[in-house]
Amino acid sequence: MREKTKILDAQTISRTLIRIAHEVLEHNRITDNLAIVGIRSRGAHLAKRLADCVKKIDGKEVPVGILDITLYRDDLTLLNYQPVVHKTEINFDITDKNIILVDDVLYTGRTIRCALSELIDFGRPKTIQLAVLVDRGHRELPIRADYVGKNIPTACNETVEVRLAESDGCDEVVIIEKDNS
Amino acid sequence: MLWTKKDLLGLEYLNREEIEFVLETAASFKEVSTRDIKKVPALRGKTVVNLFYEPSTRTRVSFEVAAKRLSADVINIATETSSVRKGETLIDTGKNIQALKADIIVMRHNYSGAPTLLARNVDISVINAGDGWHEHPTQALLDIFTLKEKLGTIEGLKVSIIGDISHSRVARSNIWGLTKLGAKVSVCAPKMLIPQAIERMGVTVTHDVDEALQEADAVNVLRMQFERDNQNAFPKQLEYFKNFGITEERLIKAKKNIVVMHPGPINRGIEISSAVADGKHSVILEQVTNGIAVRMAVLFLAAQANEKVDSRQ
Repeated sequence: MREKTKILDAQTISRTLIRIAHEVLEHNRITDNLAIVGIRSRGAHLAKRLADCVKKIDGKEVPVGILDITLYRDDLTLLNYQPVVHKTEINFDITDKNIILVDDVLYTGRTIRCALSELIDFGRPKTIQLAVLVDRGHRELPIRADYVGKNIPTACNETVEVRLAESDGCDEVVIIEKDNS
Repeated sequence: MLWTKKDLLGLEYLNREEIEFVLETAASFKEVSTRDIKKVPALRGKTVVNLFYEPSTRTRVSFEVAAKRLSADVINIATETSSVRKGETLIDTGKNIQALKADIIVMRHNYSGAPTLLARNVDISVINAGDGWHEHPTQALLDIFTLKEKLGTIEGLKVSIIGDISHSRVARSNIWGLTKLGAKVSVCAPKMLIPQAIERMGVTVTHDVDEALQEADAVNVLRMQFERDNQNAFPKQLEYFKNFGITEERLIKAKKNIVVMHPGPINRGIEISSAVADGKHSVILEQVTNGIAVRMAVLFLAAQANEKVDSRQ
């Protein structure tokens, strides 16, 4: 394992989130029925930050929820570690809302597939839009993001690691190269 | 932590870390029952068989609801109407259920140790839903889960278990679980309903209910199982209520925020008064709600462990 490059630093991450907040508001003119839902764990931190940005621009408090997608995974039986089930916290009615679904990295699209299935079990939102900090390609499902912080072409032996102050002590996105051995 | 136990046979066989892991997992499952669509796909395509050799409503229904909220298919076998009546042995029944490609057997039996015997003879998961006077692990887990939810922590809590300790698998599982998590447990009952050498399980014994209530943060009131009294050794109902029944008058002297639990079904006016059962200290119905989350967690973890056993073979 070797850290190859740093793609985003703290300042760029914060600017990117402000830009995405503007795009969200441009696309959804009426914020009354807007809600933001983040996917555990780092998507949840980003969702809270995005809601803060929206509030700073628009002055409106947007409800924020957290999804834990463990129970919806299609690879539960393939895992060689114990998946830990955490709480899903959506304390508002999502029916007829425009939901901004937030995750840190968009890769195969399978996490988003789980999140969509789970969200729909909570009600019938008007729209679900996807915001990600990084899109690294290699999709395995027909899923695309509506708001992308940065497109990063990657190789399969690389991983994109998003580090956030809330969980990792600093804000940065790095590409890590796995050893071939 | 990696969960590798395919069976849940008793809290005696789990360590503190494992018990805490089940409780944490259960906390995450609780939210599922509050959704519009109370179902997650985690056990889709799995089959859970409820094999009950002893009558039960709440435990069987609770397991059934839990399995269904995980999207598993559930089959209920009541042994009175099954081939068990024709003399089929427990192991044969278990092997037949396994041959049907079921994944989990939830089992209640009137003999202590029956689930252990079955678990040794089948590869699929066996969950003990109560065996004789031995253990009822999911009941204790949901009692402990409810206590933790109400009082924050189990470490250092004083918990009194009041009632027929001798014939109670609920008491035994609670004692194992609570003491492993650092609670101080005392048991209280008439002399003939306390088993000999129960102190070896790490509990204190009293025959005075007011003493049991005095310092307690929580009481777990057990049902008087008069159906087990085949030697006429039990006190009469009114006599028991007078001496051991939990009443509002008795609770006046207890801690102000004492938690009153009961595994159900309750005998109003025998081990507990109606006013207490329906009163502000009672968490009896919350226990029922929490039972679903705890059983979802247990089924989920057992299924996961079983997959791992499969993949190693």
